[in-house]
Amino acid sequence: MTKIATREAYGEALAEIGEEIKDIVVLDADLSGSTKTAIFAKKYPERFFNIGIAEQDLMGTAAGLATCGKIPFASTFAIFATGRAFEQVRNSICYPKLNVKIAATHAGLTVGEDGATHQSIEDLALMRTLPNMTVINPADAVEAKKAVRAAAAHEGPVYLRFGRLAVETIFEEDSEFEIGKGKILREGNDVAIIATGIMVGEALKAAEILEKSGLKAMVINIHTLKPIDEEIILKAAECGAIVTAEEHTIIGGLGSAVAEVLAEKKPTPMKRIGIKDKFGQSGKPEELLKLYNLTAEDIVKAAKEIKR
Amino acid sequence: MSISCETINELNSKARIIRRHIVEMIAEAGSGHPGGSLSSADIVTALYFHVMNVDPQNPHWPERDRFVLSKGHAAPLLYAVLAEKGFFPKEELLTLRKTGSMLQGHPDMKSTPGLDMTTGSLGQGLSAANGMALAAKLDNKSYRVYVVMGDGELEEGQIWEAAMTSAHYKLDNLTAFVDNNGLQIDGPIQKVMSPENIQEKFKAFGWNVIDIDGHDMKQILEAVEEAKTVKSRPTVIVAKTVKGKGVPFMENQVGWHGKAPSLEQVKEALQSI
Repeated sequence: MTKIATREAYGEALAEIGEEIKDIVVLDADLSGSTKTAIFAKKYPERFFNIGIAEQDLMGTAAGLATCGKIPFASTFAIFATGRAFEQVRNSICYPKLNVKIAATHAGLTVGEDGATHQSIEDLALMRTLPNMTVINPADAVEAKKAVRAAAAHEGPVYLRFGRLAVETIFEEDSEFEIGKGKILREGNDVAIIATGIMVGEALKAAEILEKSGLKAMVINIHTLKPIDEEIILKAAECGAIVTAEEHTIIGGLGSAVAEVLAEKKPTPMKRIGIKDKFGQSGKPEELLKLYNLTAEDIVKAAKEIKR
Repeated sequence: MSISCETINELNSKARIIRRHIVEMIAEAGSGHPGGSLSSADIVTALYFHVMNVDPQNPHWPERDRFVLSKGHAAPLLYAVLAEKGFFPKEELLTLRKTGSMLQGHPDMKSTPGLDMTTGSLGQGLSAANGMALAAKLDNKSYRVYVVMGDGELEEGQIWEAAMTSAHYKLDNLTAFVDNNGLQIDGPIQKVMSPENIQEKFKAFGWNVIDIDGHDMKQILEAVEEAKTVKSRPTVIVAKTVKGKGVPFMENQVGWHGKAPSLEQVKEALQSI
């Protein structure tokens, strides 16, 4: 199976949609080769603005363009988009509910060798706290393309999270994508695995392993962390045991979002697979995923523990 | 362009009305920022009542000139100007900072008719103004973008990121003002963290720089006209101002940066204005 990074899909989708929606403008902060906005820049140079290594100005300029009816996609690495420029995203974009799409790449541990300074593991938590913000974390290239299209059509701020690592394609080209709607990828009633981003593939592998030990696992893909699909989480709760999986700190991301729903509506035993409140480090992406317990085997282990 | 004495007189009397609103609004609210509202009053009055092409009946008119109050704490000034211009009833002015008011403590474009940008967190307005100016260029529109920054605000790094962007993209449809009143909350700007020499800094960043007395209507209008003739470069008008201008007991007093006057003081202030 071919592997494609979601950032590649982002760059391609942007160039495609740019042809249909002339109001789309793209801004980058000196990383257009890496974020793949360079594809758009080559096709539509007049609608592309390199702001240089200045992420705060990147977000503010995008906000100004949005007040004049443009649909800006502002891109840089996730760590800078959500960390360096957090307050600009909050006060200049989310508070006035401007139509800016923050399309951040190189999210998570799988940035790999660049190490902890560049591994954004708290971006979903940061973006989820902001009123008016929609938070989307696609699982593969197909979903990433659909997410870009949906974000462009959505009125208001959207955070799109993309990865550097090439990942297996899970979804069919004709699969449905609706902001705020999770999807059951596999039926099961012993345990539910709710996953987001690149952990969706691991969740599906985990379900196969669990089946061999006689446990039928439901697998749910949550691409939209906000607004979270409460209905599907409550359906998952019917299994009586839930494991969440994300390439993100366990504080404030998918695990927290699911726990918030369950705690108030249907308390259910659960375990969170994610980064356990620590920074990343340099290494090969696959090695880091193992080291930080973000693999199918870790999901299996958590599911078995919770069912014990 | 010659500017008639009549125009100058009209604008000066309008600025007096605006200053009265500012004092009354902040007193009624019981909090707010009179010093910096009064120091920028002549500039913003000149822009809205003589320079800018706006339509109070159609606040979202796409062809309108844009205004960004980057020093958002001078919100009472902008609200007074917008109300006097007819964007909303003047009675609203006395609801400033109250629960449910359309006039938030700092400018919120979603609440107040005629506001082009949400500001208040210092350092962010110039970036937004750049975005508006880029949009105008992209759409071949002739509207201009005006932004007012504080001198203390120039201590924010984002201002200089944005200053690079304005010059890099040759935003000659952008005119910025620096309200150079020389005071910030903790004291004189030279003592707290000097942003000086402001003119030389902007020149080094590729801007056209004009120096004026920020309380002289003629100089304000002439500078704005000159800026319109400059091609391929943004213009910054460094306006020497007096914090608290027009209210003698507030003038050059750092203590009046963010404090409401008492009823007695309001009386005295209104008499002086």
